Amino acid sequence: MLDNLNLLALAPLLNIQLLLDGIFIGAIFALAGYGLALVWGVMNVKNLCQGEYVIMGGYFAWYAGTIGIHPILAMPVAVVVMFGFGWVIYRVIISRVVDKDMFTSLLATFGLAIVIQQGLNLAFGPEVQIAQSGLETRSFFDGAVTVSEIRFVSFVICCVLASLIVLFMKNSRMGQAIRATAQDARAARVMGIDTDRVYAFTYALNCAICAAAGVLISMIWVIQPFYGLTHSIRSFVIVTAAGFGNLPGVILAAFGIGVAEQFGGFILGAELQQATVVGILLLVLIWRQALMSRRRQALA
Amino acid sequence: MTTDTTTASLAVREAASGTARRRITRNDVMMYAAILVFGIVAPIIFPNYTYQIAVLWLMVLFAQTWDLVGGQMGYNSLGNIFFFGAGMYICTVTQIGLFTDVGAYTSSSDGGQFEFSTEQYYIGVAVGLVLAAIGASVLAVMLGWIVFGLRGPYFAIGTLGIALGAGELVGAWEWVGGGGGIPIPVYPGSGDGKAFFYYALCFGTAVATFAFLKWLYSTRFGLAINAIRDDEEKAEAMGIHTLRHKTVAWAISAFFLGIAGGLFGNMTGFIEPLEVAFPVITFGIFMVAMALLGGKGTMWGPVLGAVLFHIIKETTWTYFLGWQWVALGVIIILNIMFFQQGIVGWMQEKWPDLFGIEVDRSLVADTADDRARGRGV
Repeated sequence: MLDNLNLLALAPLLNIQLLLDGIFIGAIFALAGYGLALVWGVMNVKNLCQGEYVIMGGYFAWYAGTIGIHPILAMPVAVVVMFGFGWVIYRVIISRVVDKDMFTSLLATFGLAIVIQQGLNLAFGPEVQIAQSGLETRSFFDGAVTVSEIRFVSFVICCVLASLIVLFMKNSRMGQAIRATAQDARAARVMGIDTDRVYAFTYALNCAICAAAGVLISMIWVIQPFYGLTHSIRSFVIVTAAGFGNLPGVILAAFGIGVAEQFGGFILGAELQQATVVGILLLVLIWRQALMSRRRQALA
Repeated sequence: MTTDTTTASLAVREAASGTARRRITRNDVMMYAAILVFGIVAPIIFPNYTYQIAVLWLMVLFAQTWDLVGGQMGYNSLGNIFFFGAGMYICTVTQIGLFTDVGAYTSSSDGGQFEFSTEQYYIGVAVGLVLAAIGASVLAVMLGWIVFGLRGPYFAIGTLGIALGAGELVGAWEWVGGGGGIPIPVYPGSGDGKAFFYYALCFGTAVATFAFLKWLYSTRFGLAINAIRDDEEKAEAMGIHTLRHKTVAWAISAFFLGIAGGLFGNMTGFIEPLEVAFPVITFGIFMVAMALLGGKGTMWGPVLGAVLFHIIKETTWTYFLGWQWVALGVIIILNIMFFQQGIVGWMQEKWPDLFGIEVDRSLVADTADDRARGRGV
């Protein structure tokens, strides 16, 4: 562990490499994190199967790769199909738990996560998969820093998708309705907004965003039926750190967790990467609690 | 005890919510006797299923200890399995460490280079179980200080994170065998003897847990943690030291889970971090599912839920061929969607007289109102 730290100090370019990797991965985490912030903020559902939707999206890309289509072309299909899937899931399950207490939605989506994990496991097997993008890897500084083109492409796609979502939320009729419902669901209902439809749309939109993130993850990283839980925890870390409806915060938190994870994985060893994510989660929770307790003192 | 001031209105509300204390009737005595007799006779009648029934008692224990924190106190933990794994590792390391070097024992592939004598084995198990219980409680107190500031979903996610992280960390810790695990000292005697020995311990622990919790719920402490569940701010305003109560409740839960972990490790004969010691997705979620199925916040709910769940699981597991996990997820979803109050909770609503609950109509309207507003946990 100390050797690795020394290595980082000796080879500054390695830091740049890890930083870049962290930001490229973090951009994708930001998508999934924003989806969770949306669902949590608008309908107060703690969606613990967020990561499973990401992995599902990833399998679309992987499957496209195996039948000879470029994985990135699977993205529109994945987004549309997962949008429909999310709508169905809302109608069947989420609509029944949306007005219950907090633990209900958490546990129901946890059950859903188990179903999806195992379904994927039965359908595709437990192997770790990667969708081949066929793009090259570029090296800078005499090969000390390598950036695969697909990472750059996925970063650009993330930025485009994020801007599209922001524009949609700002300008479209449905986006306005979603924001109104998030502010005050009852008032929105009084104003004639069909909040049930807004909820369904929000949940479906979240699924679609996750699917897009999953397509990218499958190309620049790996997917496996049981990797979803870690993605869910990352999303929770991001939302807990950033709060709802705070896009700059979400992006910053996502980059932060991406970079922290890369460094943690490098220093502590790759097998502790998940433990690093969990450690960050606990740190964020404790930090949040410390903030809250300070506010309580101020009130008293 | 602390300086709790439990008001009369709280007690009435308590009676309405179904954990009212009442005199032990003849039926109760019959029921307890029947269960005790079944517990003692079962391994003799079904010698082939001794292991399964021993696991059943552990399941009952899981559901009860989860319900203490999740049902009675309203803090829904998804990571209680952490104490199970911690107890398992503490017990095993004690068993080995009392007589030989742990690092050397775990690093050899089969662990067979050291033979435990009969006496050493029993001393090891006894000391190991005691230390497992105490160690798990100490861990609960330490963690409680961190996580009990968290509320609702943050608490659930935080505890889930602790259990997941613990599995990974232990997996990287070479001294306790890392991801490869540790073979447990071999029981000095026949296989049947081992099965019966651990059956007796499991049954005894489960009964002790039930008796202790039944007593605990009848004390002021029980009322205090119920008050925390109903409204934590009000409970605090009433003078209940909420953090202390929450930590003690979690430590009690951890105490019994630690013993269960030590027993399960010894029954299995081989422990490793992800599948046996910290199985968040299996036992960790089973305990929640069982308590919910039976009815959380009731005395018999977790017991009934655990028995039903275990029977369903064991009988259907063989016929599902890979779909059993999907079935498990579906059961959880259906349970939480349509049957949240659980079996005993439903029975209490249907026939309150059977449970000695005196229903005060105005209060019932009150709670129904609460539920309509989506308040609860």
